[in-house]
Amino acid sequence: MVMKRALAILTILLIGYWIALALSHVPFGADKMLVGQYYLNHVKAQTGAVNAVTAVVVNYRGFDTLGEVTVLFIASTGVAALLWRKKRKRTAKTEGSVVLTTGSRLLFPFIVLFGGYIFIHGHLTPGGGFPGGATIATAFLMLYLAFSVYEIPHKGFEITEGLAGMGYVTVGLIGLAIGSYFLFDWIWQSWGWGHSNIGRLFSAGFIPVIYTIIGIKVGTELSGIVDSMVKEGGE
Amino acid sequence: MSIGVYYFGAVSLILIGLYAVLVKKNLLKILVGLSIMETGVNLLLISIGYIAGRSAPILSEGVGPNNAVDPIPQALVLTAIVIGVATTALALTVAINLYETYKTLNIEELRRLRG
Repeated sequence: MVMKRALAILTILLIGYWIALALSHVPFGADKMLVGQYYLNHVKAQTGAVNAVTAVVVNYRGFDTLGEVTVLFIASTGVAALLWRKKRKRTAKTEGSVVLTTGSRLLFPFIVLFGGYIFIHGHLTPGGGFPGGATIATAFLMLYLAFSVYEIPHKGFEITEGLAGMGYVTVGLIGLAIGSYFLFDWIWQSWGWGHSNIGRLFSAGFIPVIYTIIGIKVGTELSGIVDSMVKEGGE
Repeated sequence: MSIGVYYFGAVSLILIGLYAVLVKKNLLKILVGLSIMETGVNLLLISIGYIAGRSAPILSEGVGPNNAVDPIPQALVLTAIVIGVATTALALTVAINLYETYKTLNIEELRRLRG
């Protein structure tokens, strides 16, 4: 045991030394931008977004984000498949107190609203579809914790999730039809909507549209993961 | 050889997580270690993108293209966080299944059971 621990510490110190050696050639706080500077210089004209991170995630590397959404979908499907039992139900022993249930019923719409705010304003403020969707999922997690028999409406959630996924691909395919490539920003580049109000809500082309879709998809998927993990299989 | 305090913190987090993965016997503790490593990697990427004296890459009043930090590491980390959540959820699910089958999360006992 002691031997193993000493060996582990030795390995870690060695790896740490190597990483430090490599990082000593990467000065902290220096300007090392190459592509980043291009994005920063052209982000307003090319995408209409004020938040350069969002523009990179949704517009410049939108295809990558589609892959990311796919990974999240596969993970949530995997969780549901691995935890699948014939009979799964909530097995909470005690009912939540009045303060808990009333409080969570009162807070639920506001948490969902805040999640919606985060993903609709993704091109203006820090945040976007993924944090917004996660916030919405926390609202459902709260309901699961407060009510001993609560379950999400499975049918509706599955349909919403599927429609959101199809919506993302559809937006990309419309770009392919109008412009020249998949996920071409047709609202900004072809229609030219919102060029006069950069920095306000109705700008940035399809970024708010896609982030709304992503927010809904991530929210439903994470709620599904919460659902699979909270319920327990009965024999 | 000197590395900044942010690099030091990020590398320390990675190494602490690696220590947990190497030494701990409980599967859940190993997964916690993996999460800590992931946080360290994210922090390292963000601090590599930092440029001294510059602001977040949101181009508003007073923040032009020449005084914002690199947006690419932040976009990458945004992706990495989401993927991290997904993989952690999947790994925990496998751990739940293992516990239901073998009634233990000790990796040495699990290894013996397979034999």
